[in-house]
Order: sequence, then structure tokens, then C-alpha cells
Amino acid sequence: MKKQTIHVTINGTEYTKTIEPRLLLSDFLRHELGLTGTHVGCEHGVCGACTILFDGEPVRSCLMFAVQTDGHTLQTVEGLGTPDKLHPLQEAFHEAHGLQCGFCTPGVLMTLIPFLEKNSDPTETEIREAISGNLCRCTGYQHIVDAVKIAAHKNTDTN
Amino acid sequence: MKPAPFEYIAPQSLAEALDVMDQYGYDAKLLAGGQSLIPVMNFRLAQPAVIVDLNGVSELARLSANGDGGLHIGAMVRHSQLEHSPTVAAKAPLVAETMPHVAHPQIRNRGTIGGSLAHADPAAELPAIMVALQARFRLQRMGGERWVHAVDFYQALFTTALEPEEILVEIVVPPLPAHTGYAFHEVARRHGDFAQAGAAALVTLDKRGVCREARLVYLNVGNIPVQTQEAAAALVGATPTPDLIKAAAQTAAQKEIDPAGDIHASADYKRHLAAVLGQRALQQAVTRAKESWAS
Ligand SMILES: Cc1cc2nc3c(=O)[nH]c(=O)nc-3n(C[C@H](O)[C@H](O)[C@H](O)COP(=O)(O)OP(=O)(O)OC[C@H]3O[C@@H](n4cnc5c(N)ncnc54)[C@H](O)[C@@H]3O)c2cc1C
Ligand code: FES
Ligand code: FES
Repeated sequence: MKKQTIHVTINGTEYTKTIEPRLLLSDFLRHELGLTGTHVGCEHGVCGACTILFDGEPVRSCLMFAVQTDGHTLQTVEGLGTPDKLHPLQEAFHEAHGLQCGFCTPGVLMTLIPFLEKNSDPTETEIREAISGNLCRCTGYQHIVDAVKIAAHKNTDTN
Repeated sequence: MKPAPFEYIAPQSLAEALDVMDQYGYDAKLLAGGQSLIPVMNFRLAQPAVIVDLNGVSELARLSANGDGGLHIGAMVRHSQLEHSPTVAAKAPLVAETMPHVAHPQIRNRGTIGGSLAHADPAAELPAIMVALQARFRLQRMGGERWVHAVDFYQALFTTALEPEEILVEIVVPPLPAHTGYAFHEVARRHGDFAQAGAAALVTLDKRGVCREARLVYLNVGNIPVQTQEAAAALVGATPTPDLIKAAAQTAAQKEIDPAGDIHASADYKRHLAAVLGQRALQQAVTRAKESWAS
């Protein structure tokens, strides 16, 4: 099949790549760019592990074709913090033990970043609804919810 | 790679999209939000030769309340837009109230009304809601268009009135009669999952509290949305007391649906849900209609 060339900005870096249209965005990130922080669990939209930001909104990267990102701006978990300088939300996860194996974590974080921008002081119900599209097999979700509350308070304290 | 190879075409206008569909028709699949199409392509249950991506067609992304009082929704309007738009909340509050039940936030950011309506999943909320609201769909093909009522659009399991080269371009939701209460209730195993069953109700009351019009539509208790006749008729001309509402919902559940069981819910359980959800939806709609007279 005819390959197509795309220009896409990911975590502030511009990439120009020539790809097959059938390449999933999740596989593009992981295999073509080596951005393996985006995890792949189910590849049919159910688990949420592959969630990234597409023009600022959380979406499933397994349910988009990479060609569709031409001219758009993406952010993946690699764009949050670094091991030496974690993003405040990552710090909160560290503090509250919001992860165990960490498989779901990138998708959970990328779901929560815009959520916290829009809801500076969310209720527990709102938090649980926000992460309803992210499956976690380890934590039982409680520590994730705790981490979100910590992160929200950090935000309001600094503002 | 998971999906089979395909040719990718991204038209930038509706005219161009119609032209492409005219050319490829049967071999092509329209790509809207991709939230139902891409999963089946990843499993290779669908292997379209041509993908026609509608995401660049800005004419289809419009949402407006026109002078006729109705709500005009372009096929590419996303679920999240319907969920948060003040226009939708004002003109079609039933839609706004239902949207949080449609999948998860990340899916709603991509999924579109046109994709959901055309996909015709029996467990989807929007088809049943559009039947309840008596919406009309505008289907366009190169050189022509036709209007189809939501209730006629759904023909069989995953089958609609759409022809291969047609595009669903717009949905028009007519205004509701004054003093109409609305409600939607469903039961799903987890928030955002497809529902095991759901019910939408609309009830219009006059100032003495007599029911002038009633609609009760179910999802996932048949292959297509089920619009009840007898249950709704039982309320019209009467004062809808809790007992009458309960009896109407029982009629619907016992006589007007023919659910098939699946791994999540047996047919009996779905009948039970239909009775309970129908009652809740009608009751809340009646309460809201009464409140509209009080305020
Ligand atoms: C994990 C998960 C959970 C979900 N849960 C729910 C739920 O609870 N309730 C629910 O209702 N939905 C649910 N969905 C489905 C979701 O709402 C989809 O967005 C929707 O069904 C399809 O819309 P789309 O825009 O993504 O369409 P696509 O997937 O792009 O297309 C679907 C079909 O419609 C056709 N099509 C698209 N647009 C048009 C058009 N304008 N004219 C003609 N044909 C067209 C396509 O060719 C394709 O055959 C879920 C999806 C996932 C992945
Ligand atoms: S891998 Fe995308 S949702 Fe599971
Ligand atoms: S931490 Fe293991 S899946 Fe969530």
C-alpha cells in the first residue's frame, strides 16, 4: 500500500515520518519512535493503557491511525517528568503508592492531566468517573484516587 | 501490523467525500471517530479496501440551534461535545443527560454521533435516544439527499437504511412539546460499559396533570431500539400515578420486547431490567413535567 508522509509534534519535538496508513498510532509511538512509555494492553479501546493526549485531549492511541496525526500535537508520558524531576502528578503517585506494576500508569496519568486542569478540586466520585476508562489490575484504584487528591491539593496550594 | 492494508483517503470537504464514496462505495468504509471501526479492523473482522477519513470535513462538525427551534447536529460532532455543549443542554437535555453513559471520557473525545448512529449497536444509547426524540437523519450521496426518521433508519442488527455510497451528514432533533419531562436510565456492569438494558422516557402533561403524550424507548432488549406502543398508550389521557406507571412498564417488559440473553444478562433478567428501568424513566419524566408547570 502507498506510504504517506506525516509531520507531527510529540512532546515538543517535530517528527517527519513516512508510514503505512494501517499503522496504529500506538505502534507508531512504540516501534517507530521508541516511545515505549505508551503501553498497549487490549488494542480495542477497553483497557486505557495506551491513552495519550491528542491536541490536549486524552484519546486511545490504539484506536487511531498514525496518518491521522499529520499536523497535530501529541503528548505522551515521556513528556511529563524525568526520573530526576517528576511531574507533580507523578510525585503524588509515588507518595500515595498509586501504582504497583505500573502497566496502567502512563494511561492513567495522561487521562488525569487534562482532568485536573479542568477540575482543580474534584470529588472522589468525579475522580472515579475520570479513571473509569482505565483498567488497573494491581491497586484496587483506592491509591490512585488518593494520589489524585494529593495532586489536586498540591495544585491549589501553589496557586 | 494488526489491520489489513487499505488505501487512505482524507477528503477536506463534503463534496469531495461524496465523490470518493460514489467512486468506491461498497469497498470503502467511512472513518469517523474510529472507536467502533478500528477495534473490528484490529481484529481483522473488517478489512475495508479503502478508508475515507471524515475528520477533515469541517462542514460535518457543526452544531447549532436553528430558527425552527430544532437542534441541528453534524454527523462528526463528538460525544464529548454533546456532553458539554450548553446548546445541547438547553435544546435537548435528554441527550446531554445520556452522554456520560456513553463509553469513557477518552472514547467520547473521539466517538461521533454519526458513527454511533450508523454503527447501530443494539446496546448503544444514541440510537434509542434519537428514536425517542423523533429525530430525522439527512443522508446524502453524490447528487442527492433524503431524510429518514430515526425509527425507520434502524432495520435489523447492525443494519440501517444507509446505502454503501451514502453519508449520514446531519441529525435534526425537533423541539419537544411544552411541559414535557424526560429521563434516561440504564444498568451497566461498570460505569461507561455498554448497558445491559436502558430506557428513555418522554412525558407531556397538561396543567391538570393529565398525560397528553408519552414515549418509552428501550435499548439492548432487541436487535434495534424498541419503541413501545401499548405501554405508552396506557398513559395517554390518564393521570400517571405511580401504580399506572408501574403497570405500563410491566406491559412493556412482558409484551413489547423480545430480548435475547447474552453472557452478561439472561433474557429473563433483561425483562426484569426493562420493567424496573421503564418505571424509573417514566416516573422521573412525569416528575419533571409536573415541575415544569410549577416553575
Ligand atoms: C471501550 C469502548 C466502550 C464503548 N462503550 C460504549 C457505550 O457504552 N455506548 C455506546 O453507545 N457506545 C460505546 N462505544 C462506542 C463509541 O460510542 C463509538 O464512538 C461509536 O459507536 C462509533 O462512533 P465513531 O465515531 O467512533 O464511529 P466509527 O468507529 O468511525 O464508525 C462506525 C461505523 O459507522 C460508519 N460511519 C461513521 N460515520 C458515518 C457517517 N457519517 N455516515 C455513514 N456511516 C458512518 C463507519 O463506516 C463504521 O462502519 C464504546 C467504544 C469503546 C471502544
Ligand atoms: S491498548 Fe488501547 S485501550 Fe487497551
Ligand atoms: S499498577 Fe499494575 S495495572 Fe495498575
